[in-house]
Amino acid sequence: MTAPTLPVRQGRDAGLLPVPWRRMAWVTWRQHRIALAGVAALLGALAVYLWLSGLQVHHAYAAAAACRPAFSPACQGLLSGAHGTDATAHEIAALLQAVPVLIGAFAGAPVLARELETGTFRYAWTQGMGRWRWTVAKLVLLAVTLAAAAGAFGVLFSWYFSPIVASGDETPYLATVFDLHTVALAAWTLAAFAIGALAGMLIRRVVPALAATIAAWSGLAITTAAVLRPHYLTPLVSTNPSPKGSAWIISQWYTQGRKPVSQSVISQVLEKDPLQHVGPYDVKYAIGPLQYLARHGYTSWISYQPASRFWTFQWIEGGWLLALSALLIATAIWLVRRRAA
Amino acid sequence: MDMIETSGLGKRYGRTWALRECTLAIPAGRVTALVGPNGAGKSTLLNLAVGLAAPTAGGVRVLGGHTAGSVAALDGIAFVAQDTPVYKNLSAADMLHLTRSLNRGFDQPFAKARLGELGIALKQKAGKLSGGQRAQLALTLALARRPRLLVLDEPMAMLDPIARHDFMASVMAATAADGVSVVLSSHVLAELERVTDYLILVSGGRVQVAGEVGDLLASHRVLTGPAEGDRYAGRPVVHARRAEGRARLLVRVPAADPVPPGWQAHPAGLEELVLGYLRESGGVARPGRSHAGQEVAK
Repeated sequence: MTAPTLPVRQGRDAGLLPVPWRRMAWVTWRQHRIALAGVAALLGALAVYLWLSGLQVHHAYAAAAACRPAFSPACQGLLSGAHGTDATAHEIAALLQAVPVLIGAFAGAPVLARELETGTFRYAWTQGMGRWRWTVAKLVLLAVTLAAAAGAFGVLFSWYFSPIVASGDETPYLATVFDLHTVALAAWTLAAFAIGALAGMLIRRVVPALAATIAAWSGLAITTAAVLRPHYLTPLVSTNPSPKGSAWIISQWYTQGRKPVSQSVISQVLEKDPLQHVGPYDVKYAIGPLQYLARHGYTSWISYQPASRFWTFQWIEGGWLLALSALLIATAIWLVRRRAA
Repeated sequence: MDMIETSGLGKRYGRTWALRECTLAIPAGRVTALVGPNGAGKSTLLNLAVGLAAPTAGGVRVLGGHTAGSVAALDGIAFVAQDTPVYKNLSAADMLHLTRSLNRGFDQPFAKARLGELGIALKQKAGKLSGGQRAQLALTLALARRPRLLVLDEPMAMLDPIARHDFMASVMAATAADGVSVVLSSHVLAELERVTDYLILVSGGRVQVAGEVGDLLASHRVLTGPAEGDRYAGRPVVHARRAEGRARLLVRVPAADPVPPGWQAHPAGLEELVLGYLRESGGVARPGRSHAGQEVAK
């Protein structure tokens, strides 16, 4: 050992401060800039398309709304033209379902899996930064960036879809539309990223981790839409078969007096309805099946979520997904800290 | 001060003990060779020392008492892992920047100058470098951190003889200039023999021998004598080999120990000593080519 180097090193030991967190910003950017650029390119291209398409939707609905007299054939033509854009909007929404999982999984799964698969974790986790801080910084930075980008895209989608919802033709709770609005889109993207990060740590290989992430995320999304979402708040109950606004009808049932009546009984009653054979909208016998049932002492009920609860629902979904994502990311960090190599 | 100190250290993967009951103290200021066959537990020991793995049993302290993997330990130890992993899509310059960002201290001028001497262009992608260049890049990154301890896991396994020579020369130059302690593992002793001060033999997950090379050589000798001489005056025989009516024994005795009549004593070479211990431990030693033909199963 040479004497001159020793005092310097002892000085380094005294009051050892960790490597500053901010250095991880460059590290994260440099190592994930291709993924981030891919996300930016995908969202950018979709945003341009959504904006152009959205202008058409807005113009069509504005023209139909401004048309006078409203029931003239010309105005009806404009209205049906506006409704024609709905179909396109739904096709777009169906395609956009893949966006959060694509972004989240492709950015999230490789963060840890690639290090473990290629062995570079032996480099990365033995530097002065320490593997715990390395992991926290990377996952948090990427998660926040992706969620913010997805949220911004969700704002654009909310704008795009607003005339269709405002017209009252559609419920904004529709499964393929609800999850594309600002809060839900950010939250679902974050969830995909968090699932990807944890799957990468557990599976330790990029491609299987990606596949597992897509499967797990899809399962969660479908379960949420089908099972969880209707129960975020207790549904309202009404005998009015079409509540005002764009409500989300959860279920429908019948009673006679106070007793519930099964669907098969109702079908039998309606079988006897002479009007059924002519058709419910026959002008001469203008009486719908509900009125017919009402005359025979049956009451129709619905439970529904009113349109006014839409943003509450968005925040409830965003809230629990944020909590879930934080838990998954924390688990991934804990695993890195605990069981490396 | 001890650079690496273990007590009863063990690591189990599933049901297999990769390393067990390892008690060691590797002194500072030495070039320590960790030698043993493949799968002996060398990488496990090094991974435990740099904090990449957590012990199943016992403990490991580094740099004079710091917990392995702690901030102070990471700060003072540079680790070059087996197969020298680098980010293939990053350039050499990016790797320098990355390592500088991830550490408190980094000697950028030294690193740039060293890559220049090695003829590694800064723009070159790490994935496009030859095995030797990649190992040199990894070594440069490690040395530029100005570590107190440099840990190299099988650094030369993938290198051709010229690259091995250059690599070891670089390590030795750094130790001479900087006083950095070095621990390196290898399953071949040949290129380490000249440079090693301290030797640890690992086989079958256990430490067989550990000590200063000078002490080990002084306390062992080779004796040749009659083949029927099963024991050698009660002295501990490390390894015995019989061929053509003669016995060749590696024994652990002090230098002043008298040689019994009918026997001739020779000083033990490091390679013979290593092979003797590894054969005796049942490890699959990489035989030196010169011994392979003569060997007779005991």
